[in-house]
Order: sequence, then structure tokens, then C-alpha cells
Amino acid sequence: MCLGIPGQVKEIYEVNGVRMGKVDFAGIVKEVCLAYVPEIEVGDYTIVHVGFAITQLDEASAQESLRLFEEMGRLEEELGSSEEGAGEVSG
Amino acid sequence: MKYLDEFRNPEIAQRLFDEIRRMTTRPWAIMEVCGGQTHSIIRNGIDQLLPPQIELIHGPGCPVCVTPLETIDKALMIAAQPGVIFCSFGDMLRVPGSEKDLFRVKSEGADVRIVYSPLDAVKLAQANPEREVVFFAIGFETTAPANAMAVYQAKQLGLRNFSMLVSHVLVPPAIAAIMESPATRVQAFLAAGHVCTVMGYWEYEPLVERYHVPIVVTGFEPLDVLEGIRRAVAQLEKGEARLENAYPRAVRREGNVPAQKMLADVFEVTDRAWRGIGVIPRSGWRLSERYREFDAEARFAVANIRTQESPLCRSGEVLQGLLKPNQCPAFGKECTPRTPLGATMVSSEGACAAYYQYGRFVQVEDIPVAPSV
Repeated sequence: MCLGIPGQVKEIYEVNGVRMGKVDFAGIVKEVCLAYVPEIEVGDYTIVHVGFAITQLDEASAQESLRLFEEMGRLEEELGSSEEGAGEVSG
Repeated sequence: MKYLDEFRNPEIAQRLFDEIRRMTTRPWAIMEVCGGQTHSIIRNGIDQLLPPQIELIHGPGCPVCVTPLETIDKALMIAAQPGVIFCSFGDMLRVPGSEKDLFRVKSEGADVRIVYSPLDAVKLAQANPEREVVFFAIGFETTAPANAMAVYQAKQLGLRNFSMLVSHVLVPPAIAAIMESPATRVQAFLAAGHVCTVMGYWEYEPLVERYHVPIVVTGFEPLDVLEGIRRAVAQLEKGEARLENAYPRAVRREGNVPAQKMLADVFEVTDRAWRGIGVIPRSGWRLSERYREFDAEARFAVANIRTQESPLCRSGEVLQGLLKPNQCPAFGKECTPRTPLGATMVSSEGACAAYYQYGRFVQVEDIPVAPSV
């Protein structure tokens, strides 16, 4: 139930004085309440839970995480520590 | 889908598995708190691909599962009253009450409706002024801002025919309760990412200190879960206990401040009974004095409820991480998603439902393992 889906804000407007908008989830567009992300702008990514944007997705941070994952593997390959490490565990 | 697919990359996952395998020298028991993470782990076979020394203990982070039986029975009583439109998230409809579930009440003629967002229930109240619209407001901190907005809007719009049956639960007191239990085997926690998106993670700093237990804020995609596990193992192997954020694209230390302001206005902390676990002090939210007029428990007469749990169901032990779902004698026999004995077999976040859906009918230890090379 705590699942949140990332989507891109396409449109922002007000309904009954509440900040609402359209969010695109890879082609499926839904109406979402944007009241809790007052600074979000069209084009930004957000995480949506039961029809509410609960945060602006930090795109720079997402790229940084992916870069660190990439590096982790490369470092191991260079040092050849992966096999060594595996040997330690099973031995 | 952007920001989902990249975090499901199997090659990168393999590197994370390798890294975890490389650093693991001893057995460790790590609890993933959130049921969404449990499903990600079981669906992707993460628990089976980890080194055998690492055990993942599935936590109580399934709001549908821990909603007290008495509250389910109250929901059934309210839903059955004439003139009521009872609105709920879809997960709740099959949760067994003492005698029946919401589906059964609906089939007997009650007007029970599944809503996607709590604001849909407010719209229904606006469109049906002659009816009483009741929303079943359950969930952890992630869902609470949405439910709070529904009652806030109802008040702003002056809706007299809208109310909520509230059963909100909170993660930090549950972590404390698990660590206080003499039976606990948990050595590190993966904290629920989206709960922290809303509340931040400063609340977990005292828990790390008090129980000297590593807590890693963790997301839901396979790479997120693996990164959470990797960081937890790294701390355990070094004998450290720190709070780390492994889900920085969605979580900041202070959380979502506008949402927290709304929560502080609409809700107040209360003791809460967790189904299968018991009362945990100050572990829930109820409507604050300012919104008490929207409390469905006060609006409808729902006293004198005598609850009756299935004597076969051991979901309480499952929720506390003391029993794996497939160790329960009723699992897959008397208890299936079609004929659930407990809520853990119903919810899309319940551990029993995950084990059933992904075919985990036997213990991992019972599967012969190929000799390691």
C-alpha cells in the first residue's frame, strides 16, 4: 500500500483551491493532488501514492545512485576482488 | 518507465549480489519493515539469490494486515447500515472480519465502493448529499497525508455527510516494539522508503542509538532493496550502527514538511492495537479534536463488538517475523487468497500472499543447494 509510482508532471491547476495536476506514468495520464509539492513545476518528476504527489523526485540524485552502482562493479572487475571475495565466503 | 526500469537492471543487480557475497562473513538477520519491499524481495527472488548467511525477516509494514479485527468488524457494521456509501481501498474488501468481509456485506446489498484516492470519497459525498459517505482511512505515514487532505477538504466544503473510520499506524514505535521483544532476532532494519519520504528519517536516529541497530532507509525496486541490504551488511560486518539513506532520490532528512503540517493539524497520536501483535503505545493516529466531528466511530453506533479470530491463523507470528508464511500449517491448505484466514494472505503487501503468489510452498532450506564453487 505504501507503493509510489514515479511520473512526470504535465499540467498544474487548481480545484476548490487545492493544487492539482496531470501526471504522466509512461503514457497513462492521471489527475494527482499536488498540494504537498508546492514547488514542483511542469516537466519535473514526482512520486505518486493513492493520487497524491508525496515528493519531487530528485533526478540528479537518481543519476548519482546509478553511477555509484556502475562504479561498484567496475572497481571489482579491475581489482578482481569479486572472485577472491566469493572464495573467502565459500571457503 | 523512467526511474523504474533503471532500478531493475539485472546486470547491476548481479554486481550488487556479488558485492554482498564478497563482504558477508557471518550470519545476519535483517528485517525489511515494509510489505511492499517483502513483495519486491519474493517476486524477484532476492532472498534466494543472497548468500545463505543472510536471512530476511519480513516485518509488520502491511497496513491492511495490522488493522485490528475489531475495526474491521466496525467497518462491516457501518457498511451494512442503510443509506451508507462505504468507501475503501481495494485491498480491504477481502480482509476477514470475525464473521464475514466487505465483499460479503456488499453482496448482501450494502453499497461498498473501491476508491483509488481518498478525494474520490469526498467527491462522492458532494454528489450524494442525502447519503452518508464513510471512508475507511487506514495506512502508514505514507498514506496519512492523502487521508488527512480528504477530511480537511470535507471540513472546508462544510460536508456534513462525510466521515472516516480511522486506523492509522506508525513505523518508529513498531521498530521499538520489535527491538524490545525478547524473541527478536533482528540485527538491522531496512526502513520503509516512502514512509520516510513523508516523515523524513530524523525520527529513526534515537532508535539507532538506543538499540545500537543499523537502520537503512530503502526503496522498493530490486536495486534499491539490494543497496539497502548491502549497506546494512557493511555496517553489521564492521560492528557499526548508523542511520543511512539508500533512497536519496525520494527521501530527505526532514521529509515532506507541508504534508507533516497537515498531519499535525488533522491527527493526534494514540495507542493502537495491531492485529496479531497487540497494543503498541503511541503507535497510531486518530482524528484531532478539531476534526472529531468526522469520526465515523462516533457518528455510528458500533459498540459491543465481540471479535473472533480464526484459531488456525498464525499471522501474528508472521507479522512479528517469528514464522515464515510457509511454516504455518494452514498455508496453502485451509488458507489461500481465495479463502484467507488472516489479512496477511489477502493484502498485496501481506507476506503470506507474496509467498503464495510466487509459489514459495517450501522452505528455502529444504531445497537442495548445489555445492559452492
